[in-house]
Amino acid sequence: MSLALSTQLVCFLLLSGALLLGALGVVLLPNVVYSAFLLGGVLLSMAGLYLLLNASFVAAAQVLVYVGAVNVLILFAIMLVNKRQPMEPMGGLLLRRLLSVVVCLGLLALLVEVALTTPWELPGPPSIGEEALIRIGEHFFTDYLLPFEVASVLLLMAMIGAIVLARRDVLARDVVTGEPADQALLERQRTPVLPSQGGSSPSAPSPQ
Amino acid sequence: MMPMAPLRLPFATLSSGDMDLAGGFQAVLEGWGLAPDLAHALWLPLPMLLVLAAALVGVLASVWMERKVSAAVQQRIGPEYAGPLGILQPLADGLKLLVKEDVIPARADSLLFTLGPVLVLVPVILSWLIVPFGQNLLISNVGVGIFLWIALSSIQPIGLLMSGYSSNNKYALLGGLRAAAQSISYEVPLALAVLAVVMLSNSLSTVEIVQQQNSAGLLSWNIWRQPVGFLVFWICVIAECERAPFDLPEAEEELVAGYQTEYAGMKFALFYLGSYINLVLSGLLVAVLYLGGWGFPLPVEWLATVLHQPLSSPLVQVVTASVGIVTTVLKAFLLVFFAILLRWTTPRVRIDQLLDFGWKFLLPIALVNLLLTAALKLVFPTIFSG
Repeated sequence: MSLALSTQLVCFLLLSGALLLGALGVVLLPNVVYSAFLLGGVLLSMAGLYLLLNASFVAAAQVLVYVGAVNVLILFAIMLVNKRQPMEPMGGLLLRRLLSVVVCLGLLALLVEVALTTPWELPGPPSIGEEALIRIGEHFFTDYLLPFEVASVLLLMAMIGAIVLARRDVLARDVVTGEPADQALLERQRTPVLPSQGGSSPSAPSPQ
Repeated sequence: MMPMAPLRLPFATLSSGDMDLAGGFQAVLEGWGLAPDLAHALWLPLPMLLVLAAALVGVLASVWMERKVSAAVQQRIGPEYAGPLGILQPLADGLKLLVKEDVIPARADSLLFTLGPVLVLVPVILSWLIVPFGQNLLISNVGVGIFLWIALSSIQPIGLLMSGYSSNNKYALLGGLRAAAQSISYEVPLALAVLAVVMLSNSLSTVEIVQQQNSAGLLSWNIWRQPVGFLVFWICVIAECERAPFDLPEAEEELVAGYQTEYAGMKFALFYLGSYINLVLSGLLVAVLYLGGWGFPLPVEWLATVLHQPLSSPLVQVVTASVGIVTTVLKAFLLVFFAILLRWTTPRVRIDQLLDFGWKFLLPIALVNLLLTAALKLVFPTIFSG
């Protein structure tokens, strides 16, 4: 076995090991912050696997979108919410766990069945390497145009929804409950420190 | 077992025309009776180590410059006893940090506390992969090029959040959250500015971006075609480096030192190193994207023709390569100098001003710049596309 191939094998084994262990950690660790950080590790190992398959653009996009955006967002949510409430023991915990184990095992069986019965082409089509970027662009604007545009509309809707939720205080009525909104939280206009410079526009309330 | 296609990464040829360093090195090793594979494997770490060493020397130089320039701005002398003009001061600083006690606070999460600085430093060092110092003088001419840098720099906020959270200190947590919010906000206009440049050169590869700017020397640099993009990119890069006027994550008056509050010794040194490596890297990337990279203001090919030297002669090749390296480094350090001046002469912005500036000013400007570039590319294809 040549040096390049054995390096590749070692990388593959390391990455898949990290991916499996990390994924187990995400599910099994009781501390949610550890789970979130491990999720980042899992997504990074996935990017490494893409890189091994000569799909460098997909790997970089995986890092940018899943690690740099999704995982950071999850961490933000965890750290900003930081609610230390005592956990009450839930009723029927055993039953819940059993049910979720059954559902997960069913999903696993389904996926294994699909993986075993699909006639995989071995070896697969040759990777196009650096040409991939051009090919992806062509697909986006020809045969995958509709999914591409629908996804962009979906993102736009999510963005508008987030803005409406974040700026609930400037609306007269609460969008969720329909009751008159509490305007008390709205930041007051700052009175300028130096009266001679009055009339300078106060800065907008911080979007945080 | 998945089927494996042989990995094709165009690794480190370091060749310039006829001058093929990688080929020469491997030929020598093979002459000693080593297998070609082994010779290649022995070659691979050399360019990486060279670039790492270059990055570290760059850090020492920029730390010294920071101390001297800040001293000049404040009418002090600055370091002057360690070596001539205090040039060994950064080494002394590093040595001091190296021998200091490595404190981990008792209530901190020691695992995450250790991992945080590493996660901040590693992506920055990895990004040096794509910095070209000449036609083939870079570690790896990967096709995704500049996109790889954007992707890698998006890992950094995780390290910042990790160190902020694990310090178990409210200033550190707030600093970490601010740092992550800042680098996410400024990543968007940054990527849009890069996209406009990529549109001009039809490629993500840093080598092609530079080549496309070097047809007519100074006049063909991207800064003339992308003045707005240049400013947006420069501001965003300063914000990503967390330097004043955008150094909110470590604002002394509010947050002690932000996410670095609990760090000491070598772990603090990792943050310090990371920030300066990032600064030099940013200078290099601004040079690559907008100031013609390794290109001399007068095209070297034209100079060689005037001096009646054939382009293929070894002497001209060596001179061209050296001029390329020196020009790249000079441009980068000129930009680092401006960043330092900016740091010591501008007041810090407030957090709401920072976020307003990023989302309500830079983002629309960068979007308009992108659309305008696309329109100009359609109208004047000779000037605006490659």
